Amino acid sequence: MSSEHIDEVSGISTTGHEWDGIRELNNPLPRWWVITFYVTIAWAIGYTIAYPAWPLLTSATRGVLGFSSRNDVKNELTAAEAAKAKYVAAIESRTVSEIAADDALREFAVAAGGAAFKVNCVQCHGSGAQGSKGFPNLNDDDWLWGGEAEQIQQSIKHGIRFAPDPDTRLSEMPAFGDIITADQIAQVSAYVASLSGLVQDAMLIQPGAQVFAENCAACHGENAKGNRELGAPDLTDAIWLYGPGETAIAAQIRAPKQGVMPAWIARLGETKVKELAVYVHSLGGGE
Amino acid sequence: MKFGTEIVLLYLFAFAALVAAGLGVDEPFRQHMWVLFFVLAGFTAILLRNTEFKPAIPVDSSAYMDGPIRYGAVATVVWGVVGMLVGVVIALQLAYPDLNIEPWFNFGRLRPLHTSGVVFAFGGNALLCTSLYVVQRTCRARLFGGDLAWVVFWGYQLFIVMAATGYLLGVTESREYAEPEWYVDLWLTIVWVAYLILFLGTILKRKEPHIYVANWFYLSFIVTIAMLHVINNLSMPASFLSSKSYSAFSGVQDALTQWWYGHNAVGFFLTAGFLGMMYYFVPKQANRPVYSYRLSIIHFWALIFLYIWAGPHHLHYTALPDWAQTLGMVFSIMLWMPSWGGMINGLMTLSGAWDKLRTDPIIRMMVMAIAFYGMSTFEGPMMSIKAVNSLSHYTDWTVGHVHSGALGWVGMISFGAIYYMVPKLWNRERLYSLRLVTWHFWLATLGIVVYAAVMWVSGIMQGLMWREYDEQGFLVYSFAETVAAMHPYYIMRALGGLMYLSGALIMAWNIAMTIFGYQRKEEPMPGSTSALQPAQ
Repeated sequence: MSSEHIDEVSGISTTGHEWDGIRELNNPLPRWWVITFYVTIAWAIGYTIAYPAWPLLTSATRGVLGFSSRNDVKNELTAAEAAKAKYVAAIESRTVSEIAADDALREFAVAAGGAAFKVNCVQCHGSGAQGSKGFPNLNDDDWLWGGEAEQIQQSIKHGIRFAPDPDTRLSEMPAFGDIITADQIAQVSAYVASLSGLVQDAMLIQPGAQVFAENCAACHGENAKGNRELGAPDLTDAIWLYGPGETAIAAQIRAPKQGVMPAWIARLGETKVKELAVYVHSLGGGE
Repeated sequence: MKFGTEIVLLYLFAFAALVAAGLGVDEPFRQHMWVLFFVLAGFTAILLRNTEFKPAIPVDSSAYMDGPIRYGAVATVVWGVVGMLVGVVIALQLAYPDLNIEPWFNFGRLRPLHTSGVVFAFGGNALLCTSLYVVQRTCRARLFGGDLAWVVFWGYQLFIVMAATGYLLGVTESREYAEPEWYVDLWLTIVWVAYLILFLGTILKRKEPHIYVANWFYLSFIVTIAMLHVINNLSMPASFLSSKSYSAFSGVQDALTQWWYGHNAVGFFLTAGFLGMMYYFVPKQANRPVYSYRLSIIHFWALIFLYIWAGPHHLHYTALPDWAQTLGMVFSIMLWMPSWGGMINGLMTLSGAWDKLRTDPIIRMMVMAIAFYGMSTFEGPMMSIKAVNSLSHYTDWTVGHVHSGALGWVGMISFGAIYYMVPKLWNRERLYSLRLVTWHFWLATLGIVVYAAVMWVSGIMQGLMWREYDEQGFLVYSFAETVAAMHPYYIMRALGGLMYLSGALIMAWNIAMTIFGYQRKEEPMPGSTSALQPAQ
């Protein structure tokens, strides 16, 4: 089978074998291929001398450069922390209002708080802090519990209606479905809706005003402007946590939803909570 | 009696599956055994309907055994279309999460269906049928072991069906590319050893004095996959009637075993095996000798020696010790030239026949496959460099890299081989239509280009967003923002995949019509009349 054979097209001899009509030319290895292969091998040997590489019985060669990825990470983290240390120390020692008043400190806290917000808060409040049904918008000046930096800090730190935290903010609107009649609920819903111009049905509004004065004014105020001490929302503006309109208002009177926000102090620590408070305060509605 | 033994054995296995369906200790196992029972019982019924009591016609033992290869070629096309379709579906699920249909068709269950579908069902059948085709012709010997080839073919299809239905039922070992549970793994081991005996036996009874290079590659693929499969799947079932097992490895050893397997599934399944395919079908289609025997022998040994060590590059910057990361990286770099040896030998085999690129879309397909092989075997070592990997790891860049290899190299070389083999296997003068091959070529090529380019942009963007810090040293983007930024690229990626799938559907039509014996009346390819006929 093995016999001298020259490929006519290329003029190069073949190995003389043939399998199902396939022959193989006797071409040498391409020189550039061999050289590049040797270079990669030489580089590999050099690299394994420089870096940790060869396993021994109980350890491995450490490499002449003394590289260790764990040390690398440790050094980078230490450097990053050192770069922030000055600001972090200042934030620890000052109140949130003081931080917000200091330009350099505020800039740092807003950056730090913004990063923390994207990880911890966007799930409920949205990536632009715009909120959604049941989760307040943090960009406006319509605050349930107050928009001063310290008040925001308190809300973040201890949460809202968060049972495990004894200092959590508490407010519990009663379920009026058990207290007043269905007619009265319809009347007071119409009255509340009329405050922001949503309804003009005088037949309902007038008795509704009476129901409001008797049942709601204690918390929401005579003029329905709300009360931040109790977390009672302002009912005269166009901002509705559980949706606008009589139906949504009636549902909330009958059996109110009580949203819960966790207390973040245990998870994030005092500094991070302060940074978050400054960040939220900076969004536009801070007082 | 025709199929007598088979009917009895299948009946017994079906009965065993029925018993297991009744006694299984967990719901997924019982459901899976019901699936197995219906498959085996259905098969028994088919064989019973086709049995004959006449004395069997003696087989011509001097002729090549092409029956299982014909079935394998059809299975390759069918599984290819299925696997690619699931790929398009999961690409759309990533872009539009509402398309996740619980519980059977969510992303988590469809994703292994896609990967196993294209790698093991499409790629595996392509390797199975071409290896049996090539080994007979280059050894001038009929397949060893009588009906062993049929056992291997149907056994492998049963493995695919059990793996696929298991994924949808939630039966998984959660090992990437090795998801099937212990009982399916055991079955594959039996089938694979039978495949090894079949292939090796045929080589041993060869009438050629030397073993052709394609068979070295196929053999290295079969042997290494057996070793990888057995070691990576070492595990203890919670019960022998349960769909749950626990790996023999834990922690970082488990991760390293898994990626030693995972990377070499790429190296020996998707590279060595398909290089075997290239070494036969490219010289045959081009009608030219292989460029360099010396290159083939050097790059073969260098490739199989170096590939096996490169797995740790999948675990850069993890709990894996530094020394193992270093070795994974340097062995990947050294692998560059051995991989390119195959590219050079494939491309240079066309020297003296380059004009065929103009007239023969099958050659065009093969050349494009080799070009993508070269591209992705450069990209791979580059991505294994730790500095590059710190950007590319866990991003879409990796997904793009895999697909330029899988769609470009594995897919295109398999399509070329199928187009070459099918007319010969069914004794047809030519394919139904060469123009449809051209359509397939362009749809597939454009699909890959769209896919890979989009994943580069999306992956690099993703990696850069993850590591973007502001002046104060805080991360600029949250994870959800990086996901949102990738949405348009996910849509474009799905379009690229859809183009590739359309090409495969055209192939399925073309192959079916060829098998049924039709020939489309069409103008010859431009220039084919003036093409030079190379010397034999």
